[in-house]
Amino acid sequence: MELFWYLVLMFMLAMYVILDGYDFGAGIIHLFFGKTEKDKKAITSAIGPFWDANEVWLIASGGVLFFAFPTLYASSFSGFYLPLIMILWLLIFRAIGLELRGQVHNRMWERIWDKAFGIASLLLALFFGIALGNVVRGVNLGMVENGVSAHEPHYFFLPLWNPTFDPMAEHQGIIDWFTILLGIIAVVILTMHGANWIIFKTNAAINSKLKKTVFRLNFVLLALIIVSLSVWHIIDPNPFRNFLEHPWLWIFPLMTAIGFGGLFRVQTFKKDITGFLCSSLFLFGGFASTAASIFPNLLPSTNDVNPSLTVYNVAAHEYGLGVGVIWFIVAAILVGVYFFIQHKVFKGKMDDVGYGEH
Amino acid sequence: MEDMLFYDRIQFAFTITFHYLFPQLTMGLSLMIVYFKWKFLRSKDEKYNDAAKFWMKIFALNFAMGVVTGIPMEFQFGTNWAKFSELTGGIIGQTLAMEGMFSFFLESSFLGLFLFGEKLLGHKLHFVTGFLVFLGSWASGFLIIATHSWMQNPVGYEILANGKFVLNNFGALFSNPWLWPSFLHNQMASVVTSSFVVAAIGAFYLLNNKHSQFGQLFVKTGVVFGLISSVLVAFPTGDLTAKNVVKHQPITFAAMEGIFETEEGGSEIVLIGQPNIQDKKLDNKIAVPNVLSFLTYQNWDQTVKGLNEFEEENYPTNIPGLYYGYHIMVGLGTIFIGLMAVASFFLFRKKLYKTHWILWILMFMIPFPYIANTMGWYTAELGRQPWLVYNLLRTTEGASPTVSSGNTLFTLLGFVGLYLLLGMLFLILVGKIINKGPHPVKH
Repeated sequence: MELFWYLVLMFMLAMYVILDGYDFGAGIIHLFFGKTEKDKKAITSAIGPFWDANEVWLIASGGVLFFAFPTLYASSFSGFYLPLIMILWLLIFRAIGLELRGQVHNRMWERIWDKAFGIASLLLALFFGIALGNVVRGVNLGMVENGVSAHEPHYFFLPLWNPTFDPMAEHQGIIDWFTILLGIIAVVILTMHGANWIIFKTNAAINSKLKKTVFRLNFVLLALIIVSLSVWHIIDPNPFRNFLEHPWLWIFPLMTAIGFGGLFRVQTFKKDITGFLCSSLFLFGGFASTAASIFPNLLPSTNDVNPSLTVYNVAAHEYGLGVGVIWFIVAAILVGVYFFIQHKVFKGKMDDVGYGEH
Repeated sequence: MEDMLFYDRIQFAFTITFHYLFPQLTMGLSLMIVYFKWKFLRSKDEKYNDAAKFWMKIFALNFAMGVVTGIPMEFQFGTNWAKFSELTGGIIGQTLAMEGMFSFFLESSFLGLFLFGEKLLGHKLHFVTGFLVFLGSWASGFLIIATHSWMQNPVGYEILANGKFVLNNFGALFSNPWLWPSFLHNQMASVVTSSFVVAAIGAFYLLNNKHSQFGQLFVKTGVVFGLISSVLVAFPTGDLTAKNVVKHQPITFAAMEGIFETEEGGSEIVLIGQPNIQDKKLDNKIAVPNVLSFLTYQNWDQTVKGLNEFEEENYPTNIPGLYYGYHIMVGLGTIFIGLMAVASFFLFRKKLYKTHWILWILMFMIPFPYIANTMGWYTAELGRQPWLVYNLLRTTEGASPTVSSGNTLFTLLGFVGLYLLLGMLFLILVGKIINKGPHPVKH
């Protein structure tokens, strides 16, 4: 039963990364490439009717985490207190940047909200990458010092950084060189992903320029991936243990590789959707590979005193999880129907939807 | 330790108070927009469609504010109330996860269609999307109040040896006797807010001689919805909610009503007075004998228990706050019924649009349903203290063990600043929409 909810949660988080990921990417593109009013309008129209529903995947994932793995929810949300609250503030700025911009026709007003939307999107991509880095690296559960836990074994608290930015330091911080590396990877891949979405959903004048950008950024991404894989062993000495035991798991790294390879050919794709599918495949494969490499851990412990938080030691009670399956299946079917209707009505190019005009 | 709990509580109270200014309008307003759209489909009179479109703009702005201030609420259970989340997540996580899955996806998917899809969908399907947005927002209210009701009156649970609450009866969460009266009371209160807002904007247009056709429509619709909802919010829903408090939380009821000592032979109802906690009495009291006994038990002579009959360690932690919250809510609710009854009388006599003194009052009433709603929630939340889960888990046991008071104060100050900005932006923009007014009928 825990396993079912683990798969549900991971699927929902992956959906969030793919869907809201293109919103963040579009925001970053907006920040760096949105020069003319027409391009800016095309970018915001491409995500306008979707971003709110995309953000719901985060809220719903939070709800499922709370309900199915309450101990993990309590531990990680209080332990990552500061970055999570900052993510909330950034989500607020991203949303009001998008929604308020069109309400007043004044150049200064528009410029302020353009920047708010773009910068918040960039920082959100960075923060979510850093968050993933923190989960992979693990935390000092129980806040052990000299072999003694200062708190209950599943609680911890991390400051934003420590003076050395060393992930293996005794007093860790949220931001260290490893987590910031994953943060930068997230910014790069989501920028490409957002560009692919804009190419897919608009006829904007910048689209050919964006294709070139995706192509070039793919080399940057390649370099960053090589760096991260070559230092990964410092964080986790044996990241392939699950893959060696269950060879079918290689399907996830394979998906990442196919998506990645596809992105090198972005300039030759005949259909505008193909690039977006490639980056989605890359994100899904990358997210699933990372999750699989630490399974059954959900939040590894970096000390020897307290055990890691796993799928099995943080789950809610059997009855509640069982009864949840029934309503969840009903809800999931409904969500699928809404998703289908939404994307059917707003199918094709979005340039003329006129988002945010009142 | 004391400081930590204090900041955790202030942050939750501040963010939820600010958040709920928006959903209380959107829940009621979605019903009224669906009504306007329905009138349009029936009568084909463009006036109603323009009215719906105008209110959709205000709805969209409120909805966006509600969404961005709502996400911090779900996060804060974990960030600031980790111990509470760990112990009860198997139960309250159930209803909160259902809210995400059943209501937020519905609302967010169809809101985009509702706001931008009128031309693509045609009027009938557009009406359907509006109805689905209404349904989603009320489902959200229902699941939140199901969560709230479990905390007020826990049902369907057992407590394990390690202190964790686990669910053993899913159905009990929804047949909780606390749930239905509170839900309907809250939804009616939400319709009160939207009715008063619609009527106030209508009065503003009439008094300004602008958009008079819409002014009349808004005043009329606001007054009719307002009369019905202000009556329903008191009887039966408010009455049943209060009776739940008497039955399940008698100590809270004593504090709400300001009864320090049990009165033999029937309790008086206090209209005005200031609780004096030190001397355990009410100062400057004006009260009517025996009425409280009648309202509570339909019996003039029955005794209502006073605070003196309970242990002091279980007293609500802020008795004056609870007492004032309750009295302000009830006082305003009574004024709402009276005002809407008078306005309805003038409407019926076809004199309302020219009776300026009532229009002025209607216009200036805008803040009061918000105050009444907020005070109602303060009554519920302060009344539950000193418990998080009534009689089972104390508020002092629920906060996050590792988050220091300095960090909480940091984020609290951040929220205060950010919400101040949001509030100002909201007022500027909503003022702009109102000043511009609905599109005049072109046909």
